[in-house]
Amino acid sequence: MGSPAPVALGDATSARAPATSAASVAVPPRPALPPHLAGVVADESALRRFLYGLPGVDPVGVESRAASLATRSIKKGSKLAALDLAISMVDLTTLEGADTPGKVKSLCAKARRPDPDDPSTPQVAAVCVYPDRVSIAAAELAGTGIGVASVATAFPSGRSSLSIKLADTRLAIESGATEVDMVIDRGAFLAGEYGHVFDEIAAIKAECGETRLKVILETGELATYDNVRRASWLAMLAGADFIKTSTGKVSPAATLPVIHVMLQAVRDWRTATGRQVAVKPAGGIRSAKDAIRFLVAVHEVAGPEWLDPFYFRFGASSLLNDLIMQRRKQLSGHYWGPDYVTVA
Amino acid sequence: MADSTRALARRGSGSGGSVTPGSAAPWEYAPAPESAASGRIKPRYQMFVDGRFVDGRGGDVPTINPATEGELAQVSWASVDDVDDAVRAARRAYNTVWSKMSGLARGKYLFRIARGIAERSRELAVVETLDNGKPIKESRDADIPTAAAHFFYHAGWADKLQHAGFGPHPKALGVAGQVIPWNFPLLMAAWKIAPALAAGNTVVIKPAESTPLSILVLAEIMQDAGLPEGVVNIVTGAGDIGAYLVNHPGIDKVAFTGSTAVGKLIQQSLAGTGKKVTLELGGKAANIVFDDAPIDQAVEGIVNGIFFNQGHVCCAGSRLLVQESVEDEVISKLRDRISTLRLGDPMDKNTDIGAINSAEQLSKITELSAAGDAEGAHRWTSPCPVPDKGFFFPPTVFTDVSQSMRIAREEIFGPVLSVLTFRTPDEAVAKANNTPYGLSAGVWTEKGSRILGMAGALRAGVVWANTFNRFDPTAAFGGYKESGFGREGGRSGLAAYLDTDSDTADEGAA
Amino acid sequence: MAQRRTSTAAKDAATAAPTKAAPATATSANRGDKAGATARTASRRTASRRVSADAGGGANGVISAVPVLKTYKLYIGGKFPRSESGRTYPVRGSSGEFLANAAQASRKDARDAVVAARKAFGGWSGATAYNRGQVIYRIAEMLQGRRAQFVELLMTAEGYGAKAAAAAVDASIDRLVHYAGWTDKLAQVFGSSNPVAGPFFSFSTPEPTGVVAAFAPQDDSLLGLVSVIAPIITSGNAAVVVTSEARPLPAVTLAEVLATSDLPGGVVNILTGSAAELGTHLATHADINALDLTGVDGQLRIALARDAAGTVKRVYTPHGTPDFTKTSGTARLRAFLETKTVWHPTGAISLAGGSSY
Repeated sequence: MGSPAPVALGDATSARAPATSAASVAVPPRPALPPHLAGVVADESALRRFLYGLPGVDPVGVESRAASLATRSIKKGSKLAALDLAISMVDLTTLEGADTPGKVKSLCAKARRPDPDDPSTPQVAAVCVYPDRVSIAAAELAGTGIGVASVATAFPSGRSSLSIKLADTRLAIESGATEVDMVIDRGAFLAGEYGHVFDEIAAIKAECGETRLKVILETGELATYDNVRRASWLAMLAGADFIKTSTGKVSPAATLPVIHVMLQAVRDWRTATGRQVAVKPAGGIRSAKDAIRFLVAVHEVAGPEWLDPFYFRFGASSLLNDLIMQRRKQLSGHYWGPDYVTVA
Repeated sequence: MADSTRALARRGSGSGGSVTPGSAAPWEYAPAPESAASGRIKPRYQMFVDGRFVDGRGGDVPTINPATEGELAQVSWASVDDVDDAVRAARRAYNTVWSKMSGLARGKYLFRIARGIAERSRELAVVETLDNGKPIKESRDADIPTAAAHFFYHAGWADKLQHAGFGPHPKALGVAGQVIPWNFPLLMAAWKIAPALAAGNTVVIKPAESTPLSILVLAEIMQDAGLPEGVVNIVTGAGDIGAYLVNHPGIDKVAFTGSTAVGKLIQQSLAGTGKKVTLELGGKAANIVFDDAPIDQAVEGIVNGIFFNQGHVCCAGSRLLVQESVEDEVISKLRDRISTLRLGDPMDKNTDIGAINSAEQLSKITELSAAGDAEGAHRWTSPCPVPDKGFFFPPTVFTDVSQSMRIAREEIFGPVLSVLTFRTPDEAVAKANNTPYGLSAGVWTEKGSRILGMAGALRAGVVWANTFNRFDPTAAFGGYKESGFGREGGRSGLAAYLDTDSDTADEGAA
Repeated sequence: MAQRRTSTAAKDAATAAPTKAAPATATSANRGDKAGATARTASRRTASRRVSADAGGGANGVISAVPVLKTYKLYIGGKFPRSESGRTYPVRGSSGEFLANAAQASRKDARDAVVAARKAFGGWSGATAYNRGQVIYRIAEMLQGRRAQFVELLMTAEGYGAKAAAAAVDASIDRLVHYAGWTDKLAQVFGSSNPVAGPFFSFSTPEPTGVVAAFAPQDDSLLGLVSVIAPIITSGNAAVVVTSEARPLPAVTLAEVLATSDLPGGVVNILTGSAAELGTHLATHADINALDLTGVDGQLRIALARDAAGTVKRVYTPHGTPDFTKTSGTARLRAFLETKTVWHPTGAISLAGGSSY
């Protein structure tokens, strides 16, 4: 695609048209693709051919590499640096039906001061909530620099109409979300309706405008590494600012080999387009040790340029406290117990 | 570094960093050295003959740590008289104890040794890394566990030899003379000793002159396991001792792993003696990447294939054959990946590439690489820092290599990859097989029929498809053509230590 | 010899029915055979020489029985060339009588044979085991069809009695049948799937080593020869065989059997001549992968084994003197096999299975 105009793929375009017209006036829905990639989104079959033309992923190979890299021994200063970095990358998350205003406020307080006993502890990157809780979080976090991320698009299943997904997105943004975490239509993806998935992401991106869009692939439902790679590229072609593993509601969620595949995808994407897309594993990362393994993967697979809260996040809730306990251990020299760190 | 990262991390989040890029900072791994003390290196090591540690009559020679060039320990070397003693001890042990023992009992000793290696694995890993220069993560995760696995696997064969396919009453050969190289000192000792003992032979083995320590720790383990005296004898020394051992009239079987040049000399000198010989020699493996390969895993496989153990691997994938249509992509990704390899202190747990084993080997690698320059290949070297002391050679990739260049034909035995291209599968096969060697090969493609077709067409003893450098005691390993003959591992590996040459069915061979 | 015929068509002459008129010869009588019972090629030959000599003196009606004699040549690449050197040497029977001239293969003939063998190796080793088995069985069939001829030949060439000659031919047929049944068992008996400790499927399979130069036994000119050739080609190797120097005739006649038995040209190449002369050229030839030194001994055997080291050839040397009348073991089969181990990842088919590591 040589022009910045959005590509019309299938029927989804017409479904999107009325909803996006307002947004697309204000901002270009997504940046133009470089000429060599423009053609791949020209129509459904071109997109399919492109995705099927991506190199395959050998599962044992990627898992072996992930396991091998997980043996990196991160000690002393480099460990402390990693812990601080990891804390600053946390999207502190609550996504429960039982989320009350009080719970969200408590989470925001934790986000501002993860370790009240040590003010040098970095703040987290963002707080992540459902759209109807965004306004509370936005008020709590105003002026802190901490982002407000909201899941949207009929999270977690994504099983609704585009117009409802757009409305969901609009609600989040209008309530003050600085980042939107959408889910892709895995049913459509697994049915091979890549154009549909593409259009939906493009439409939500158009709705988001300048608000950064995280595209949740729900890798546990995509079932294969090949699909993870294809979905990563599909999301980036459609304008994703982030590719994110999981909703946290499906197992397996964020595993090291899956993140390897996604990190490789964003690196390849940057080589192909010059643009750097961020990555967010979410779900299942509970210990500081796990988080550091992810950072090592970021460092050595994508590259040090991604060691930045702008380009890498952890979607997590309980992880933060383990990071804090390990941070204290590094500073004090002894181990800490959970009663000494605050719960959100 | 560390502090600056922290500062940047704080700045990143504290000042709205979540919505602005640019707070990335270098993150360097702090040194994570394994403790040298756990190697319990002694100031002096003796040879192991007839169940005892004894002084050799060849004088004391230091063994050095190639990463520091500093002396690690003194090692008492054997003279030819000591080899005579060792062969006599092995013969006596064979005649009086080992050949009379039940297979089950022999197996139990091997099981004990396997356990002993596992129990002292950390110590052995440290000894291996200090003496050899290989990264601790490799000695810890590959060499030592695989050595234990070899004893464990072969232990189980000792009382089941009649099921190995060589007749109902397979007989041992007698005394085996074995010479092993410096690239996997303990693992090669296990590859040699375990099947020999399982099949009922006794052993005189000579480790490489530059890496004698781990096998002498293994001797302690065998002693602690109560292995009868003389069943395994270890003589230390250089090539002259090895030559004396393999030509010794008192041995029945020779097993050698090392260079093709020395292998030829051994085969020549043993011609007509009736001694059974197995040779595991050099290689110049092709690692073939097709355009439909899983590229990222292929890049990993290429890296693992040539940089594992600093490329000191006879089956190293030292010739990359990449399909022209993906050459640029593969080379670009390969260079990026190689740039992340961490070269340096082998004892650091994060080191990917350690030290070259000896000054001699380093100069050989340097010389062959210079030949690559001289013959017009294009050299690329990883930007990784190289330590001032010790024998190090940075990961190197030659492109624009043609089949006729020395770097495409000769075994470099170092971290140097030669890249050639091909257009069609037939051309890939022709180039891959166009070498006197035939030890191993790699194939990368997602097309199943092509994998199996290529596996059949490649004249090599091991073909790794969509993986590389995998070893297992159950899987036979060994070469075609000038890469040697005989196999190690698996059922066919046992044949090397059994009398299987009877011509007729009623003489024992099935 | 004026009466020698040079046509290659002569190779089929031997399949003709035994000459009715041939009387028992002095040669066979000396061996104490019941020679008169069956007419034999050899006696026919001896008789025919006499007859044709007579024919030179004065013609009458009997002369029409002058048989066509066979020219013994080499067997290379499925063809029957003379030695490029033009050399021949006389082959004599056990009593010293002249039997025929055999081609004396040269270094260049050996070279041509290696080229032919290498060329044939790809197709033969790539043929299915079933196909190779059928071809080797076909050799047995063709040998069976010429049983009488070979019995004759052994009696003349080896000095065997009729019983011993018949036993040797029958054993040779049986040997071929035995190996015909091995082709599709080798991979099952000597191959394996390897239970490696990791997410990989690993299997080891036997493969032919390539081109094998074999020195056939100096005596036992048929059974020994068949016992050497059969295990080499069973697994898919191609062979260059140097026959017994003194008793090359059964080998050349066996070549006729091979040529008419669906065995692709070049899979077996037969050189008559001197092992001492040809040996070192073959043992040092870089395109030969293995040697079978059964038919050479003493210093020559050692010298050839030493030469073989130059290119790390596999060398098979039997323990002691082989007894080919006994059932074969597998040592000869295994001597010319490589084991190839192939690895491929297996492991989880989907992310739901968790990491294989």
